[in-house]
Amino acid sequence: MSTKHSKAAEKFQENKELAGWHDQTLWMMRAKRDKISREVPEWEQLRDMASAIKMYSNSHLDLLLQEFEKNAQANGAHVYWAKDADEYCSIIYNILHGHNVHRFIKSKSMLAEECGLNEYLIQKGIDVVESDLGERILQLMHKKPSHIVVPAIHIKKEEIGELFVKEMGTEPGNNDQTYLTHAARKNLRHKFIEAEAAMTGANFAVASTGEFVVCTNEGNADMGTSQPKLQIAAFGLEKIVPDREALGVFTRLLARSGTGQPITTYTSHYRKPRKGGELHIIIVDNGRSNILADQEHVKTLNCLRCGACMNTCPVYRRSGGYSYTYFIPGPIGINLGMLKAPLHYYDNVSACSLCYSCQNVCPAKVDLADQIYRWRQKLDGLGVASSSKRLMSGGMKVLMEHPSLFNLALARASWVNSFPRSLVYNGLNDWGKEHEMPQFAKESFNEMWKKGKVK
Amino acid sequence: MSSREDILQNIRRNTRVRYEKPDLSVLEQGAITYADQVAQFCKVVAEVGGRVVTVNEGEDVNALVRKLYPDAKRIASNLKNITCATFHPDDVEASADLDGTDLAVVDGRIGVCENGAVWVQQDVEQRAVYFISEALILLLDRKNLVNNMHEAYQKIDTGEYGYGVFISGPSKTADIEQALVMGAHGARELTVLLL
Repeated sequence: MSTKHSKAAEKFQENKELAGWHDQTLWMMRAKRDKISREVPEWEQLRDMASAIKMYSNSHLDLLLQEFEKNAQANGAHVYWAKDADEYCSIIYNILHGHNVHRFIKSKSMLAEECGLNEYLIQKGIDVVESDLGERILQLMHKKPSHIVVPAIHIKKEEIGELFVKEMGTEPGNNDQTYLTHAARKNLRHKFIEAEAAMTGANFAVASTGEFVVCTNEGNADMGTSQPKLQIAAFGLEKIVPDREALGVFTRLLARSGTGQPITTYTSHYRKPRKGGELHIIIVDNGRSNILADQEHVKTLNCLRCGACMNTCPVYRRSGGYSYTYFIPGPIGINLGMLKAPLHYYDNVSACSLCYSCQNVCPAKVDLADQIYRWRQKLDGLGVASSSKRLMSGGMKVLMEHPSLFNLALARASWVNSFPRSLVYNGLNDWGKEHEMPQFAKESFNEMWKKGKVK
Repeated sequence: MSSREDILQNIRRNTRVRYEKPDLSVLEQGAITYADQVAQFCKVVAEVGGRVVTVNEGEDVNALVRKLYPDAKRIASNLKNITCATFHPDDVEASADLDGTDLAVVDGRIGVCENGAVWVQQDVEQRAVYFISEALILLLDRKNLVNNMHEAYQKIDTGEYGYGVFISGPSKTADIEQALVMGAHGARELTVLLL
């Protein structure tokens, strides 16, 4: 009955110390989110409005995207439309190639991860440098993010210290976080200055102004886009919001939900190309417009990519981002993976205890847990339901339909209490893993009721 | 057919219910306000790693800047009254030449009390100056404090350069084991001079 997720989670748990740290650190982010959200009396109203704005914008995408395009062009930007990952990658490559760019600096973009941009460009001979510290660490380690907001959360400072000795000439054995961060600052400063083009994603694209908004704490998006004069930005089409009034709602929610900060350090609004420069904006579909037709899952398009659902998820915290087979982990990743390719990513659907915590913290009210539940109901139809769970459901059905069998089973249940340990705690009983089984009662409620013992 | 038409057609075909645009006025009118805006603003800026220094009536801003940053050698400013500046950021040939700036002194337009953010509307050609200097001073008139982001968005503009940014505290990261470190890529220190 083990899924790829549960197997990988078991491996993650082998290092108890790291696993414990991971769990506590992400829980601390959730706790910070709770504290700061309670300082805003209208918090729940904000979430309602964020959801309502997204429901509006995602049901008016045709109009809003065209409005954005018209305004962005009037601002002097070039606007492109990419149907899928290939088209997105080739548009970017063509822009870079056309400007003879070899050194390219990027700020973090989950869309670029989704579309495999770095691999594509590097193969074509372009030197791509990630500028977010976490992303840069992972790039140098040839690893993938394990969280969408804190991508290197699974890496220990000792590993980073060792890496920086090799890559940045830091002193061996000095793993102090401040020292390492400032070494990266110095190292990347040169990369910013040498870059011939810079790229960002976008947190929001504003239809009424044709501007887009990028939120960072490090200032890497701004450092990048204020050096070379060639700027590229790309966003998934659900990032559109109608106007700046809507930004008032989303900028209040995003960082509070994700990291427990009142707002990100930099909330940058890009409207025009720099003087003597060029601004290229790519609107990307890559399957998003198909999600619109799926009423049971359309709310995934509300997602702001704040990471709150991961921070709060008891399964994510204890299994780490790499346990999931889709590149976005946690509750939102489970759902996005299923929308992308259910037969490929169904293993993740089991990575949920249906505790609904994700759904309760999501700033844009994505019905994350409801959606996971719905996917589980569809697994049998997809032909990928777990065989042992089917066997168990079948067995339960027989018991439930035959009261005499049911009562007999209940009456004998306490026998299990005296079974040898090896018979109860073994590979066949998933409930006995890392967990003590409860004792069965000697007398069932049913019997007690009949004997008048229940008052 | 172009990808643009393909995408738009697919959107139209797949859009089911068209939801109405919500009215935000109730939220905006009931949003958080602060009785003592200056105190709240100072508190939050400190919480996000910056500091607010209030400038008293008649106080010499240049003397104050020098007192706050006595060691700064390369000081960039585009503001006429900042005479302690050693150069104008647009006098450099390339944005890269701004690297090594110790201090930049620029104008902030709006201060937001709920989160310590200051709206900076680009008013120099080299906007790198807002990020590349080691320390950043934002001048802000206390008359331009607003309570929350709803109020702020009613007032901001991106101006002729088409760029603006809310800056809340110094550049920071927690990407190594969630340990908070100031000075990731942008300014290591941020001071708001409240006039």
